Amino acid sequence: MPESKYLIFLGCVIPYRISSYEISSRKVLNKVGVELVEMPEFNCCGFPLDPINHDMMLTLAARNLCLAEQQNLNIMTLCNGCFGILNHVNKELNEERKIREKVNGYLKEIGMEFKGTTTVKHLIHVLAEDIGLEKIKEAIRKPLNPLRVAQHIGCHVVRPAKYVGFDDPENPTVLKNLIIVTGAECLSYMDETECCGAPIIGVDDKIPLQLAREKLSHIRAVGAQALITVCPFCHMIYDLNQPRIERTFNEKFGIPVLHYPQLLGLAMGFSPDELAFKQLRVDASKIVNNQLCREKKEV
Amino acid sequence: MSEKKETQEKETRKEVVLKVSDMDPKFKYEITKLPGAEKVMLCFQCGTCTADCPIARFSDFYRPRKLIRMIQLGLKNKLLSNDIIWLCSTCFTCIDHCPQDVGIANIVRALRHLTVERETMPVVYKELASNILKTGYAYVIPRLRLKKREEMELPSLPKANLENLAKLFDVTGLSKMLERVGT
Repeated sequence: MPESKYLIFLGCVIPYRISSYEISSRKVLNKVGVELVEMPEFNCCGFPLDPINHDMMLTLAARNLCLAEQQNLNIMTLCNGCFGILNHVNKELNEERKIREKVNGYLKEIGMEFKGTTTVKHLIHVLAEDIGLEKIKEAIRKPLNPLRVAQHIGCHVVRPAKYVGFDDPENPTVLKNLIIVTGAECLSYMDETECCGAPIIGVDDKIPLQLAREKLSHIRAVGAQALITVCPFCHMIYDLNQPRIERTFNEKFGIPVLHYPQLLGLAMGFSPDELAFKQLRVDASKIVNNQLCREKKEV
Repeated sequence: MSEKKETQEKETRKEVVLKVSDMDPKFKYEITKLPGAEKVMLCFQCGTCTADCPIARFSDFYRPRKLIRMIQLGLKNKLLSNDIIWLCSTCFTCIDHCPQDVGIANIVRALRHLTVERETMPVVYKELASNILKTGYAYVIPRLRLKKREEMELPSLPKANLENLAKLFDVTGLSKMLERVGT
């Protein structure tokens, strides 16, 4: 399988309301030479059903994995949740014969069989491992210094460590290095690895909002101008829900939340429009204008 | 719900008197049979899970350590009629930090599965499941949104294979479960 060719697994949340992530991802991946193939007939990764029916989660995920096996391609996801589930199920079915047999029993009904010939990666794995920082650096046209940002990596791209085996969940550096390569500074802050709480927002919305408020306060305290995410769920909490957080706690944040490929895209010289900055709920024009001013000065 | 909350509040404030008649000594073995819950008896109650749990920081009631202790004590009815088990956000911090590798989040999932067997679950999960059955996606993506993809120069979304999905819902028993279970 070619290293730089992937089936893109969009999942549900991205086409539902976070198109800016998809648009910017496609732009930057194209720039660094990753070929994306659309995934035919895919379905939800299975994550939302794990709490009520483990077998159905395994089977939904396995069906997606089978689709990739049929195409003889590896999967790249943009969403942490999709990555977590597909990667976990892929490894579990490879390692545990009994579970594989059970799931294959279900898949038989639709004429499919899990063979275990595909690999699942997240966007940042592809960028950091396949492309590499050096090559990304070569594609940078407008370094973003002196922009100061903070990272929020999200949980399922690093945890559980036993199944992911990528980066250090306690002190994640992969995204940090990907940010630094754009020329921006990546600031450390309190409780950097704390969960966004999105998975329980349908059951209890107060706790995720409190978690988000705390995170935004910590980010503001270190003086970051933007928060960088790599998951549509996390992004939804911090960007889409930021006005609600501000209303609920009567506190003003106004911290723009960018998808990592939007940040990288800016540094590569794409315009904010091309990277769908307009679709962000929290106005990010401050950052963009700062960059433009700096460019004018240099000219 | 408010009555439930009251008793929950009482429990956090006062010492709780446990009756032997409330305990099911076989419960810990029952749950051990579910995937991910095999190691529930290895928990020695160090409290690392609760200390590191992001939800426990902001919830007055959600305490993973306590849930595991309740399983060990066999407080089955108390556990399976409790909304608290739906608060785990599956960040997996407890799984990574547990010195005994107990797999706390997976045990909470097992509690959820047992609750669903008792025919109740939060309405959101019923919606997500029915969305997947109807469209292949966990959310019903509005037609306008699909049309907009063209304007945004994004490739159109593939149609899900609904026939196959319906078959999988049937063979895994999820279809029947959804008919049976209330919210």
